Amino acid sequence: MSTQIQTPPNRTAPVLSKKQRKLLSDPIGDTNPITIQVLGICSALAITTQMRTSLVMALSVVFVVACSNVAISLLRNGIPERIRMIVQLMVVAGLVVLVDQVLKAFAYDISRQLSVYIGLIITNCIVMGRLEAFALSNRPRDALLDGIGNGVGYGAILMVVAFFRELFGAGTLFGYQVVPQAFYDAGYRNNGIMLTPAAAMFIIGIIIWIHRARRPKLVDIS
Amino acid sequence: MELVNIFIRSAFIENMVLAYFLGMCSFLAVSKSVKTATGLGLAVVFMLSVTAPLNWLINRYLLVKGSFAWISPALADVDLTFLQFILFIAVIASMVQLLEMIMERFFPPLYSALGIFLPLITVNCAILGGSLFMIERQLSLDESVVYGIGSGVGFLLAIVALAAIREKLRYSNVPAPLRGLGIAFIITGLMGLAFMSFAGITL
Repeated sequence: MSTQIQTPPNRTAPVLSKKQRKLLSDPIGDTNPITIQVLGICSALAITTQMRTSLVMALSVVFVVACSNVAISLLRNGIPERIRMIVQLMVVAGLVVLVDQVLKAFAYDISRQLSVYIGLIITNCIVMGRLEAFALSNRPRDALLDGIGNGVGYGAILMVVAFFRELFGAGTLFGYQVVPQAFYDAGYRNNGIMLTPAAAMFIIGIIIWIHRARRPKLVDIS
Repeated sequence: MELVNIFIRSAFIENMVLAYFLGMCSFLAVSKSVKTATGLGLAVVFMLSVTAPLNWLINRYLLVKGSFAWISPALADVDLTFLQFILFIAVIASMVQLLEMIMERFFPPLYSALGIFLPLITVNCAILGGSLFMIERQLSLDESVVYGIGSGVGFLLAIVALAAIREKLRYSNVPAPLRGLGIAFIITGLMGLAFMSFAGITL
């Protein structure tokens, strides 16, 4: 994670400098918010029983993280240190109410399925973690990229976890039956434990295992 | 007796962390040593036992339909419950800020040990979740105090237990890529499965 202030790109440089591309791509792999920074686990456990809800959740989080990162980055020189958390939370809460209302208007079924978890984006530590660690000390453009990167990194893990939980827990993907009826006739059963939050812990644990086995520099030596 | 009942339920049967999996971020990140885990656990107990009754008062006298009836009958229809999230989080955030200042002044070692996870108590879902569950279950004021303390104690027990396991785990032969975070996830999953056995108990 690079937190230093970047020099402004000059006119002839490509649209995104190398460092900025890194801001966008790092959170998807090496500094993934869920598996490396351990942020935003609660919702990852609660709403990943179905891929459809996970996708909506992921998109909402990308939107909230990116917008709040930009907003706080714009305000960063005006926020008194002592009350920064309250200011940050007000910005985030406003954005979350916006997302909630949009979902209620255009995707009412999914909004009902997600119920309180849209509201709990306010307390999703990814948002707050990125604001504290990045937006408060960087320029809006970089903060936007960092927000999008982290949101997408979070969403990617969410989709992977949801894929396994929905496939083995209910035999469906995006609500469509994928495990053929013949399997059930032959004695195959859906795995009920996949629908409990504990299964999400196991899957994330295994994702971390695979991820770190492929990238030895990430191994925790303590 | 009813209060004891609520305490036991909130601390064990409906344990915030191991039954509802709320407050995971700080739970996993600060459970490397028993000492810091106890510090964070106590901070959460304090926060929950203060914010639950405070939010109860706010909900009862500012938000619920009819809460303004004492000003004038014309206001009896005002229903501000849609402001619940924003007001609750504002209360929680200001209490955390207070706690942060007190800790920085009187317990500097603990303050630096908790690092970024002190501000993150604000966004610990266990705290906001505590307030929301308390409203959902329609507890009275004294019950909400006990509920806050109970869920806080549940969090403390769970995080100290995980920290103790992780301290012992340092001497065991875990595959290198799984060490640290990976095994913590799997242990939490197993602890959660174990806590599911409380679900059968009715008090």
